[in-house]
Amino acid sequence: MSLLFTNARLIDPESLSETHGSLLVQDGVIVNLGAEIAVPEGAEVIDCGGKCLAPGIVDIGVKVCEPGERHKESYRSAGLAAAAGGITTMVTRPDTDPCIDSPETLEFVTRRANEAAPVNVVPMAALTKGREGKEMTEFGFLMDAGAIAFTDCDHVISDTKVYSRAMTYARSLGALVIAHPQEPGLSKGAAVTSGKFASLRGLPAVTPMAERMGLDRDIALIEMTGVKYHADQITTARALPALERAKANGFDITAGTSIHHLTLNELDVADYRTFFKIKPPLRSEEDRLAVVAAVKSGLIDTISSMHTPQDEESKRLPFEEAASGAVALETLLPAALRLFHAEQLTLPELFRAMALNPANRLGLPSGRLSAGAPADLIMFDADAPFVLDRFKLNSKSKNTPFDGQRMQGKVLATYVAGQAVYRRD
Amino acid sequence: MVFRQKHLLGIEHLHPEEITTLLDLADQYVDLNRRDVKHSEALRGLTQINMFFENSTRTQASFEIAGKRLGADVMNMAMQASSIKKGETLIDTAMTLNAMHPDLLVVRHPHSGAVDLLAQKVNCAVLNAGDGRHEHPTQALLDALTIRRTKGRLHRLNIAICGDVAHSRVARSNLILLGKMENRVRLVGPPTLMPSQINEFGVEVYEDMAEGLKDVDVVMMLRLQRERMDGGFIPSEREYYHRYGLDAEKLKHAKDDAIVMHPGPMNRGVEIDGELADDINRSVIQEQVEMGVAVRMAAMDLLARNLRESRANQPVEV
Repeated sequence: MSLLFTNARLIDPESLSETHGSLLVQDGVIVNLGAEIAVPEGAEVIDCGGKCLAPGIVDIGVKVCEPGERHKESYRSAGLAAAAGGITTMVTRPDTDPCIDSPETLEFVTRRANEAAPVNVVPMAALTKGREGKEMTEFGFLMDAGAIAFTDCDHVISDTKVYSRAMTYARSLGALVIAHPQEPGLSKGAAVTSGKFASLRGLPAVTPMAERMGLDRDIALIEMTGVKYHADQITTARALPALERAKANGFDITAGTSIHHLTLNELDVADYRTFFKIKPPLRSEEDRLAVVAAVKSGLIDTISSMHTPQDEESKRLPFEEAASGAVALETLLPAALRLFHAEQLTLPELFRAMALNPANRLGLPSGRLSAGAPADLIMFDADAPFVLDRFKLNSKSKNTPFDGQRMQGKVLATYVAGQAVYRRD
Repeated sequence: MVFRQKHLLGIEHLHPEEITTLLDLADQYVDLNRRDVKHSEALRGLTQINMFFENSTRTQASFEIAGKRLGADVMNMAMQASSIKKGETLIDTAMTLNAMHPDLLVVRHPHSGAVDLLAQKVNCAVLNAGDGRHEHPTQALLDALTIRRTKGRLHRLNIAICGDVAHSRVARSNLILLGKMENRVRLVGPPTLMPSQINEFGVEVYEDMAEGLKDVDVVMMLRLQRERMDGGFIPSEREYYHRYGLDAEKLKHAKDDAIVMHPGPMNRGVEIDGELADDINRSVIQEQVEMGVAVRMAAMDLLARNLRESRANQPVEV
């Protein structure tokens, strides 16, 4: 079975280039791409009309609320949202209720994901039991059951001895540890980033320095244990020099950031708008610009949606009491394209951070436009304008900070292993 | 006369002219309150509900007296004892109350922004009686009225706000109001009790009382918010009193006719010397309480006028 995409703007994150041409898929795998490709016999031809064709997004850190809170998000609703958002691989978080810390729970979610989600789902498992930071989980069994990485999500392990043992054991298995760099004593109870805005609003705040302190500790532990490490979200300028030094020292460290930290800042909270309450909190404009520059230079490797569904009841509360997090599967691409339209990042640079780097870090063959890679592809119009209506999102929870905002960029079609899982009508 | 507000949620949203309007009206209510028969009909027929999610004796009593003197039907709800303990959300509570058609809702809540949230959900005028560390607008207005009556003006004064600024909604509302009215505001206190980047609010920050109080016209002391301290902001109360507690000695650095204010309730011997607090030549703390009732009457009167006007302009449902 062959599929030939013609007349496409091919976004290649490996060579950081854009070319006009065709791409041939056979049996779910990319087999050829170039300026002109002869139509093989029996091939279905798709004219992209000059629109973009890029590798599907690999999103590290998606929360699907199964088990426990299926009313907030199920594998079905998250999968549909991902397909509509151009995300072909969801790397799911274990911070469910109960959390995914045993092979049995992991097998349950894998089964649910395979039944219900039209896109690839790769699960992560908890680093410690109950994400309590006391005992490490069964890394070996969990890896056998399909865990691709280990993370306690936004829980920071405060007992450094427990943390260093978990890292040492993870290193022996070659497991990837994903951490949330933060000094937990400083960030306890915080709702926003400290500064003029937090003082004016009278909200409990955390200094941006807490992120650097957390990262500094983690880097020392990487040096000590040799673990393979990924920081889930680097969001402040002050943390970047430490990250740069650690990379220069040859440590096995990568870092991500969230789409919200790249496109919003602390002032967006305005009059206590809880849909803008995320973790870590939104930062200053200076921090945002520094993080955008770090994505451009490649210092920050990945961009994630940090998709976190919350229902209205969890958000319609006084700011301090409201739950953190925002849904983002369907807004990741149009929000990222703001950086393209602002001429801060090119399309290949965006897909390096949203597809190639996350796939490489997790050892997945996808995330690139090259022969032999799975045909996980998205076709999109980078310019098409629209106004976001949160009630039209596929996610069960509608807690997006972009409601009512003008955005640009519509996904036209999403393919997983050469099969269309989404087509815009 | 200008006053366009639907709610009184904070000083941040008020225009200087609106502040003057409110204080002018409050002056009239001070006169009324000093008569034998302290009654007006400004709020007759209206229902005022005081919802206090946080303990308060003074502010709640002040709002209650203000409402009763203006002829409103006043009800107090002690929210700590009620359905909030049964898991009802703030919004549900607001919707329930809203169905009872109140006209004025006076709200105090331990979380910043909670009163703003509530105001979005009800059809009546909402007065913020203090939300978290955010604002306490009627306190700032009563302080302004006290200063204006004592000093004869509310501009070009040097005013020091001293103590626990970080945990104080009174300090926030006051520094915004006094800034809007073109005064020079100083904040004095240990750096652990100062909000971050507070120097960007157009105020001068001092860590030493002698320097901070030098030649000021007004000294506003803040209550040391002991109940909000989860520890470690200051080494001890006695060291705090030694370095930052206001006594006659420290007050000598201020102008000779400087007045001393405190929003109450006072911790005598912690942030202020007991004798100084009672010194009728320097302390205007009792006047502040008196002005509180008048300012709250003025605020509710103005909001009720706007409420009636907006209701009159709405098409009548058949």
